[in-house]
Amino acid sequence: MSVTRLFGASVKRREDPRLITGRGAYTDDIKLPGMLHMAVLRSPYGHARIKAIDTAKAKAHPGVRAVYTGADLLGRMNPIPCAWLIPDSDLKVPAYHALAKDTVRFTGDGVAMVIADDPATARDALDLIDVDYEPLPVVTSQEQAAATGAPQLHDDAPGNLAFHWKFAHGDVDAAFRDAEVVVKHRFVQQRLVPNAMEPRSAVASWNPGAEELLIYNTTQNPHIARFLTAVTTSIPENKIRYIARDVGGGFGSKIPFYPGDALAVFASKDLGLPVKWTEDRRENYVATIHGRDQITEVEMAAKRDGTMTGLRVKALSNMGAYLSTAAPGVPTWLFALIVPGCYTIQNYACDVFGYFTNTTPTDAYRGAGRPEAAFLIERMADLLAAEVKMDPVEIRRKNFIPADAFPYTTAGTLSYDSGNYQAALDKALAMVDYAGLRQKQAELRQQGRYLGIGLSTYVEVCGLAPSAAAGAMGFQGGLWEPATVRVLATGKVVVLTGTNPHGQGEETTFAQMVGDMLGVPVEDVDVVHGDTGAIPMGWGTYGSRTTAVGGTAIYKATVKVIEKAKKLAAHLLEASPDDLEFEQGSFRVKGSPGKAKTIQEIALMANVAWNMPEGMEPGLEESTFHDPTNFTFPFGTHICVVEVDADTGEVKIERYIAVDDVGVVINPMIVDGQVHGGVAQGIGQALYEHAIYDEGGNLITGSMMDYTVPNATQIPTIETARTETPCPHNLTGVKGVGETGTIASTQAVVNAVVDALSPLGISDIEMPLTPERVWRAMRAAQASAAPTGQP
Amino acid sequence: MFAKDFSYAAPASLAEALALLQSQPEGEVKLVAGGQSLIPLLKLRMTEIGALVDVSKIPELHGITDDGDGVVIGAATTYFQAVNSPLVQKRCPLVIQAVSQVGDPQVRARGTIGGSLAHADPAGDLPAVALAVDAELRATGPSGSRSIPATAFFVDLMTTALQPAEVLTAVRFHATDAPHAGTAYVKHRHPASGYAIVGVAAAVWLNDDGTCRAAHVGITGAGTHATRAAGVEQALTGKRLDDATLTAACANAADGLDLMSDPYASGEYRAHLTRVLAKRALAQAAATAAQR
Repeated sequence: MSVTRLFGASVKRREDPRLITGRGAYTDDIKLPGMLHMAVLRSPYGHARIKAIDTAKAKAHPGVRAVYTGADLLGRMNPIPCAWLIPDSDLKVPAYHALAKDTVRFTGDGVAMVIADDPATARDALDLIDVDYEPLPVVTSQEQAAATGAPQLHDDAPGNLAFHWKFAHGDVDAAFRDAEVVVKHRFVQQRLVPNAMEPRSAVASWNPGAEELLIYNTTQNPHIARFLTAVTTSIPENKIRYIARDVGGGFGSKIPFYPGDALAVFASKDLGLPVKWTEDRRENYVATIHGRDQITEVEMAAKRDGTMTGLRVKALSNMGAYLSTAAPGVPTWLFALIVPGCYTIQNYACDVFGYFTNTTPTDAYRGAGRPEAAFLIERMADLLAAEVKMDPVEIRRKNFIPADAFPYTTAGTLSYDSGNYQAALDKALAMVDYAGLRQKQAELRQQGRYLGIGLSTYVEVCGLAPSAAAGAMGFQGGLWEPATVRVLATGKVVVLTGTNPHGQGEETTFAQMVGDMLGVPVEDVDVVHGDTGAIPMGWGTYGSRTTAVGGTAIYKATVKVIEKAKKLAAHLLEASPDDLEFEQGSFRVKGSPGKAKTIQEIALMANVAWNMPEGMEPGLEESTFHDPTNFTFPFGTHICVVEVDADTGEVKIERYIAVDDVGVVINPMIVDGQVHGGVAQGIGQALYEHAIYDEGGNLITGSMMDYTVPNATQIPTIETARTETPCPHNLTGVKGVGETGTIASTQAVVNAVVDALSPLGISDIEMPLTPERVWRAMRAAQASAAPTGQP
Repeated sequence: MFAKDFSYAAPASLAEALALLQSQPEGEVKLVAGGQSLIPLLKLRMTEIGALVDVSKIPELHGITDDGDGVVIGAATTYFQAVNSPLVQKRCPLVIQAVSQVGDPQVRARGTIGGSLAHADPAGDLPAVALAVDAELRATGPSGSRSIPATAFFVDLMTTALQPAEVLTAVRFHATDAPHAGTAYVKHRHPASGYAIVGVAAAVWLNDDGTCRAAHVGITGAGTHATRAAGVEQALTGKRLDDATLTAACANAADGLDLMSDPYASGEYRAHLTRVLAKRALAQAAATAAQR
């Protein structure tokens, strides 16, 4: 390395060589002796009663070891639990059986499973199971589900209502009574499919002798999965070991505990042999969670001068057929608290209704509630700007929380610890040459061309979370993180983290941080994650928490290692610890440069323990259990420049600027990569992605031939830059970057398209902004404008 | 994803392939070459076939040759081989213009010219090309060989004039490298699949005075099968291909199409795109023709 400091250097990701050369160890790569293969028969109906199931032919098929139906599980397995029980919301949690008991409630609901010698045989046998279904009426949208007389999914959730959650702050009624301007709008956050590159997979191996379960599983949070496995299967938690080393992406879809995981465990225990389940891509589309799917009705109160004074939100969220692991928290806490965004609005009310429908359950998808919030407030900022005839930049400047107002308590009752929204905005405007662009836009409009500029000045809440806050929100767990830093006799370092990076690169960034602190080469630091047998506890990777929370835990443990090493060094150098300085891996006696011990020498002496100071225990290993005192609040400005094809409605992104403030940066290259990926997914929502159900509850965009996951040719060059406002309440100053791109980008694109078409009188187009939708909006606007003769 | 069991044979000669085709009941056997359409259908279990006959290794189905005023491309020629053929590049640039927009590099490495045409996917790119340059499709069956003009080949949705026991052996594309000739392929891709929502292949021949001697327009994607836009072609003959003339002629480009519809693009939008893209393709082809 030719860098002076590891911390802050663009060290290449150590994960990549193994992953891009096919040497990773994903769950499906695991092969255990005697391993059997599982396939799940899934409902082809959105809603149906199961009258009868005949498994005889499947059971008789050569190579089939067992076939199970819902009836076989009754009394032997508990329903799949929901783990975010939001309080004061009349939450209903209907039983979610891993295989349906008597009713299927979405296409993809499990009906039966086959265990066979090989995966192709298991698949063949699914076709031999005869199921007699009685189709029931189907409801797929939350608005339909809320209607009187709608088909009912669960007897214990009348009106299909899963919950009604409320939040209010300030005097909202007064704000609207006194408003000079009120802007109203209805937004649709369409349903999305997460599409991690690696689908769901589990290899469950029950050891009948030791009565222990070893399970390889593609999960973002192995310790939570261990806990939920214990709850579901009644195997004691201390008898379960989860291994999830290489996980091929998640985007939230690998937070939940799934029926497939539980079924593999059940079958392995029942048969006494390892059982592998890997879903195929079609199965992934229907049986792994979906994201978003929220309809909001929004009213903003304001003054004529553009000052935002009040906000009222009614949100209808589509929860799908059952409540997935974290689902109730996503459209409520994770959405509502951050809705006021960067602005000083102090009067705010939000009502969220969650509905059951005959669709795949929804849960956290990259950003989880916060993209919906940022979209809402940033679209409303533009709508207000148009209403009061202000530039979108000026409306934002007028309402920003000023840089000198932090810490600032928002109408969402969050305490924003730090921020400088003006600085990020100014930087982005300079990068894009905003004034020049507006001039170019005016010129092109003269030629009948539609150039648009879209802003998104976002703030997000991440670094989840103070555990007391988690508890208050009804999350059935903590959100602290443990860390262990162990220096071996040879001076090599092992770091244990309870987070589970699965593409975010912390095997590299954590090694950089520890290497930097201990003064050892980055290659000498190993980061171990994803094994509950090695790591005492942890809450996983999601909510942009891994570096902010897990990284801070590692930082604290490393500080403790240095403190102990310093005492031992002082003892061995016959000096006072106060007379030692530690720099670049060496303890030196101040003023006596020759008297020094390297960290490696100290590690050896600590591990052999031949000459320890009085009362000091052997070894050089320290652990911490770090609970953050606040969330973190990354922010920034994204600017998207588009041109809309006047003939076809196609949107071409001309430029994309991302100025993010994620606090202190450990590895700029990895941070850029996270921004790139996040922006790509946000553009995907704005322009391409849409999970569509037909009236029968069939997912008609159920493959990569129909559902557009954008590829590299559909994503523009993303120009990244940063401002740096360190997080003031953790030791590293980092905030988190895993979700910023997704949270910031979608509305930047939509704002740009709407800005481009504003001369036509277009104020909104529903996502995704496909060419046909844009063309229809243009045509409708031109038709309605035609009588006056003005285009 | 696992297909149902099927038998597989890779004959080394055309005669052997024809025999295999006849040895199985109709509907139980299907030819496969690159497998870019059939294999996904089998793996998704959207279709079941008892026996696959792989024609990709038959020498008679390979090779690219010049036959005077056309280029004959063996049916098992991959897209990649066609795109990289100097002969095709020089004499039938329209094939290159279209094939370079097919799928992605992986698809182009395995997919074949003949497979695409015989499969007759309504959103395939090559049928529009075959129509625009008056291709001949050469087939051999139990009773001998015959040549089918492209205009008679595409019958309906995934249905061609090929008989069940026939093998498509080669396609002859008419050359468009004469002076005052130009071609273009303009496509609106489905953003996920890459298939043509609408694809328009245009070939234009100009007179010395710059007026249009002949214009051919092949349209794919919009309707259930690829078709020629005869109305547009007739409206252009003898005219200068200026913006107003093209706009007026292409207003009828979608006439008579049996329009398809899906969640991404309705029939109405496909018809609109057909008009817009027909004009763009003709304008590009005319500009090229004017420079040659």
